[in-house]
Amino acid sequence: MTEATGGIEMEEGVGGKVKKFLYVNRKAPYGTIYALESLEVVLIAAAFDQDVSLAFLDDGVYQIVKGQHTKPIDVKNFSPAYRALEGYDIEKLFVEKESMEARGLKEEDFIVPVKVIGTQEMTDLMQSQDVILSF
Amino acid sequence: MLHTVNKSPTERNALESCLKHLKKGCAVLLIEDGVYGALKGTSSTKMVEQALKNHPIYALYPDIEARGMQDRVIDGIKLVDYSGFVDLAVEHPSVQAWL
Repeated sequence: MTEATGGIEMEEGVGGKVKKFLYVNRKAPYGTIYALESLEVVLIAAAFDQDVSLAFLDDGVYQIVKGQHTKPIDVKNFSPAYRALEGYDIEKLFVEKESMEARGLKEEDFIVPVKVIGTQEMTDLMQSQDVILSF
Repeated sequence: MLHTVNKSPTERNALESCLKHLKKGCAVLLIEDGVYGALKGTSSTKMVEQALKNHPIYALYPDIEARGMQDRVIDGIKLVDYSGFVDLAVEHPSVQAWL
């Protein structure tokens, strides 16, 4: 913890307990700002050494599709940043199977390694968290 | 009339509603998140292919490319660039946006 907070000891009880955080991503990238905002919060919050998971469901599965080229629409392509999450010890990425299949996508279409889970497992994952942040 | 749709078919019902309100001579242009309606193998593919039998459907290629959907577009959907967008707007007597 001291490493992540630059040597400053955090208050006992605030910094002490590692909580389970789930980021729920349900929006396609670029059409709205939600996907980018989520990613930015994830990267900022990574400094606090919590137990972080990311869930991609509904149109959120489009965020991590390979082959995004945004130059023609003059918008920042933030999809490569999902690959950097590993460096922040964020390695638990979940994709809901039903959402993926309804959009004609397969596990190999994603730019990052993910665990594909069904709706029931996704429900259990959500249920097991301390904090849920929705985007 | 030219109809534009800019919402994902799995997020809003804009595309579904648009396709229900087409008359002879109408064309559809999918833009922004609307381009997710141009894809093969999705839950809305059948509905779009049905509409394609009677109406030309276009998709804005820069938006397709941004989203990494280059290889997934339904056969028969025509891809246009920004100047093609302008041409379509000029060719049709009016434009209706489905938001």
